[in-house]
Amino acid sequence: MTAYIIRRLLYAVPIALGVSIVCFALVYIAPGDPLQTLLPEDASAETIAMVRKAYGFDKPIPVQYLIWLGKVVTGDFGMSIATGRPVLGEIVKALGNTVLLAAGAVLIAFTLAFILGTIAGYRVGTPTDRAVTGFAVIGVSVPNYWLGIVLIIIFAVELNVLPATGMGPRGSDTFNLFDWNHFRYLLMPMVTLSLIPIGIIARTTRSAVAEVLNQDFVETLRAKGLMEWEILLHVLKNALPQVLAVMGLQFGYLMGGSILVETIFTWPGSGFLLNKAILTRDLPVLQGTILVLAIIFVATNLVIDLLQTAVDPRLKRG
Amino acid sequence: MSMETSAPLVSVTDLNVKFVSRESTVNAVNDVNLTVNHGEVLCIIGESGSGKSVSMRALMRLLPERRTKITGKLEVDGQDVLALKGKELSAFRGGKAAMIFQEPMTALDPVFTIGNQIAETVCRHEGCSKEDGLARALELLELVKVPSAARRLKAYPHELSGGLRQRAMIALALSCRPKLLLADEPTTALDATVQIQVLILMRKLQQEMGMGMIFVTHDLGVAAEIADRVAVMYAGRIVESGTVQEVLTDPKHPYTKGMLSSTVHGNMRGKDIEAIPGSPPDLRSLPTGCSFAPRCPKADDGCRGQLPPEVTLGPGRIARCLKLDDAPPAAKPERETALA
Repeated sequence: MTAYIIRRLLYAVPIALGVSIVCFALVYIAPGDPLQTLLPEDASAETIAMVRKAYGFDKPIPVQYLIWLGKVVTGDFGMSIATGRPVLGEIVKALGNTVLLAAGAVLIAFTLAFILGTIAGYRVGTPTDRAVTGFAVIGVSVPNYWLGIVLIIIFAVELNVLPATGMGPRGSDTFNLFDWNHFRYLLMPMVTLSLIPIGIIARTTRSAVAEVLNQDFVETLRAKGLMEWEILLHVLKNALPQVLAVMGLQFGYLMGGSILVETIFTWPGSGFLLNKAILTRDLPVLQGTILVLAIIFVATNLVIDLLQTAVDPRLKRG
Repeated sequence: MSMETSAPLVSVTDLNVKFVSRESTVNAVNDVNLTVNHGEVLCIIGESGSGKSVSMRALMRLLPERRTKITGKLEVDGQDVLALKGKELSAFRGGKAAMIFQEPMTALDPVFTIGNQIAETVCRHEGCSKEDGLARALELLELVKVPSAARRLKAYPHELSGGLRQRAMIALALSCRPKLLLADEPTTALDATVQIQVLILMRKLQQEMGMGMIFVTHDLGVAAEIADRVAVMYAGRIVESGTVQEVLTDPKHPYTKGMLSSTVHGNMRGKDIEAIPGSPPDLRSLPTGCSFAPRCPKADDGCRGQLPPEVTLGPGRIARCLKLDDAPPAAKPERETALA
């Protein structure tokens, strides 16, 4: 097992490197010049050349990549062009806010979806199953930015019970999860964000549970006299690897922060940061954020892989 | 086997099993009557779809309740099986009656160790600690002659061969000393050499533990090896029953005769095997008369018109055929030696 973990960790290194190349290159494929937003329209050619040199944009792209990579590895993501603050600080702050939001959404989505999916999988073809499946399809199909706007209209505008945007009352600097005055800001974005994962995970859980229930060994479990709830535990352990795989992906997506949802609710997370960086062509922030998010994604998949191996002995790979 | 007890261990009366769906009703088991005494092995022989496995599953209440209609009376050791609910049903399954399945490759939970799966059963029925359960599991694996049992206790099903898995399955079934063991073609999926080992083991354990056993098979050789009595099923009905000697050496029903002459045992070299022409009837629309009539060389309009009643030929010797009198006295077939 230890050897397997080490091997998987080593495999992750080239993946991370590949991701970093893509991140770096993406920005150059995109149209537009970051200096345009930084400099006045009438800047002289000399000024432009000077600034270009200052940011290192005058060197060949592969060299720029290596320089950037060298700095990134040591934790130096450069300065934000827009704000002039270190990129790492910005990312860490935004990521902290996103983790808060994502953790809430994960908690809602994973619990609810797992329970709904299990119930539906146990009763395939019944009205209960159809209701859950219908709900899951709606969850996957409804655009979450639309739901966000509708929730704002209902709860912030019409009923006036929840704040529409932001992450805390005016003047407060830190977010206190256990203070209702702060927590209410989290409520709508959290629910909005959890909708799609609920749909996807509920469907996966349903099909996994139904599939396991059709396997021969369930009959053996009945024949040896287990009660229905004991059989359920066996079934869930068998269905878990499949569900974990999808949960891992969803967790990765949620950690990336939804650009749309965070923008609608002006939640200062990583999605919001990305959106701002794109609009202002803030290259260092854009590259840094994408890289960090990609690494989180790779790490999540690694953890899920190891979890699956722990649950299903047949996956044990040398 | 002579273990004289007043009441039989298993008594099945007028068992009917129908699978009901919107499109059709499948008459899987029709008016089946069976008895098994304590310590006796009954072999149910029949081809695929003859209702033998379904009868077993009805006895364990393993058929999906929503789509199945079971009528008749099922009694095991004085308990009315069809009336069992919740905890009683759990205690019955695996406690009083246990079942071994055909496919050892898929019948065990792939994500639990063999030891845990056996211990779980022991703990369920005897309410002991997990350590005691595992200790009992080890004894059981040794009982069914699994080599290096202590190591196999910690193994997952996929790490064992088919034969070992089936032994583990037998250990699981025997874990709570059931009075009745149901075996649904337990050797069919195994290699021929492993088959005979498992068969001998099962016969030995059955005799040592004094269990009643119903052994389902389509293999006449297997039946000859293990059975005390034999019941032949066709299209959901028992068409003939008797002691293993009687049925296999002196078959009365044309179906049994056809089945016996379509085996290779003891046949002359170069002689063609006689196959029964045609195929079994559609269980969704059974013929009104004898189900075997369309394939029977002796059938006439009488056979097609009415269902043949059970004809009792001797104690426990029954055949369901109108043409029994036409049957010539059993010419000593050469296969007798091979089967005895």
